[in-house]
Amino acid sequence: MNTGKPRLAALLTAAALTAGLTACAPSATSTGPSTGPSGGASSDTAGQLSGTVTVFAAASLKATFTTLADEFEKKNPGAKVTLSFAGSSDLATQISQGAPADVFASADTGNMAKLADAGLLDGTATNFATNVLQIAVPPSNPASIGSFADLARPGVKVVVCASQVPCGAAAHTVENAAGVTLAPVSEESSVTDVLGKVTSGEADAGLVYVTDVKAAGNKAKGIPFAESGKAVNTYPIAIVGASRNKELAAAFIAMVAGADGRKALADAGFGTP
Amino acid sequence: MDQANVGGYHGIPRWIYAIAAAGGLFVLLPLAAMAARVNWPQFIPLVTSESSLTALGLSLRTSAASTALCIVFGVPLALVLARSNFRGQRLLRAFVLLPLVLPPVVGGIALLYTFGRQGLLGRSLEAAGLQIAFSTTAVVLAQTFVALPFLVVSLEGALRTAGGRYEAVAATLGARPTTVLRRVTVPLVLPGLASGAVLSFARSLGEFGATLTFAGSLQGVTRTLPLEIYLQRETDADAAVALSLVLVAVAVTVVGLTYRRPTHPGQRSARTGSADGGWNEVAR
Repeated sequence: MNTGKPRLAALLTAAALTAGLTACAPSATSTGPSTGPSGGASSDTAGQLSGTVTVFAAASLKATFTTLADEFEKKNPGAKVTLSFAGSSDLATQISQGAPADVFASADTGNMAKLADAGLLDGTATNFATNVLQIAVPPSNPASIGSFADLARPGVKVVVCASQVPCGAAAHTVENAAGVTLAPVSEESSVTDVLGKVTSGEADAGLVYVTDVKAAGNKAKGIPFAESGKAVNTYPIAIVGASRNKELAAAFIAMVAGADGRKALADAGFGTP
Repeated sequence: MDQANVGGYHGIPRWIYAIAAAGGLFVLLPLAAMAARVNWPQFIPLVTSESSLTALGLSLRTSAASTALCIVFGVPLALVLARSNFRGQRLLRAFVLLPLVLPPVVGGIALLYTFGRQGLLGRSLEAAGLQIAFSTTAVVLAQTFVALPFLVVSLEGALRTAGGRYEAVAATLGARPTTVLRRVTVPLVLPGLASGAVLSFARSLGEFGATLTFAGSLQGVTRTLPLEIYLQRETDADAAVALSLVLVAVAVTVVGLTYRRPTHPGQRSARTGSADGGWNEVAR
């Protein structure tokens, strides 16, 4: 008789086990046909910028930088901007592992300092924007949140970032400043996950950045609070040392820090440093 | 097919070995590279920190619970798929196997809209005083969702391979269907059931995407080992690597226990033969 078990079948399905732990891959958005990793000739003729500039930017900058990249390409017809968005620490790790970035825009000074300390930057970083926390609630505001102190009311489901990530560290700072101790139902590893719990209606409130609330449109309502000023997040931008097109990288940074950049950033809810 | 040498052609072209070695290396090399990165002097303190142990304990408990759920729902599902004939059977199988190929985050979103506070069932559950979101129950549900197909696939294959002869004999001797199931079928497919359960456990242990999307992340409640690794990676790469190695070790132990080399060569040959048949029938 044959009492065998489906050994091969099970082994093949075991291969699918590897699907378990998936890392967040950065979403690369190419705003034009890429001519290579970060290559391409620069400055074919004097004053005419050309080539490709690869920009690694914090996820919160996605909307702003996509707009700015379009404008940059319009103003410099020979230039192409390739954008890659992810968490700042992911991007910093990728750059230190040799990812072909020309420009790095971080959502915090810590990750930029990591690269600076490792000697991976060209020159010093420029602070170009600031961001503060805001309370995000579902549009119906089911728990009637009106102030930061309301978040500590029993029964209110609050979601925050874990203290290991920048938004969680900021949440701790404002907690201390407000003298309120929160008992969150979840400590997420990214601000996107916090916002997701709010917009899906699972949580009554979440602590996210003011720009996240703005980007969520009518899916979330923002409630500003005074203590948010105690934890201001500064966004630095710098040229990556290994860049092969530093002229174009500098031009892109100049645009972000200039009038066009300031306007786009202000529209998205960012403050000026 | 009891004899070892029935159709026993063992010749494999040499170049096949070279490609097979490359395939094996593709899996082993990244694991070795990770092991090489482990900060060994700090390994014990890193993996025995309070948050690590809490996460490991939670992972083991929730995986055990979801494996139990997989057995409760997976055994009847496998029986229905293997032993009965009805319209829509193929469709049912396709849907049961869907979580195998679905990105876990999609599973998490689907669960959210089912059991979440605003979800299909969640609203009624909330009215009944049951809150699933942000609870350990949510972790178990997410793990069961992704692990169930592993048990169903294994067991359905085993059931088809075993055939229905012994059950037929038992039935002619007057045994009722439940007695046949209990006394003949289940003992017959026990190895298949065991390997399916182990695979479900291992898959539950590795569950990440659906849990993150659906259950949240809070130490001791919903932050399982994969979520802890993901979070540690933000600040402490050494801790993340050390914990990853622990997860690999647990997974290797669990899978290794099920797929021990069979002791009798004859048995081995029979099993290999049946495995092909089982897979073909499932994958048909």
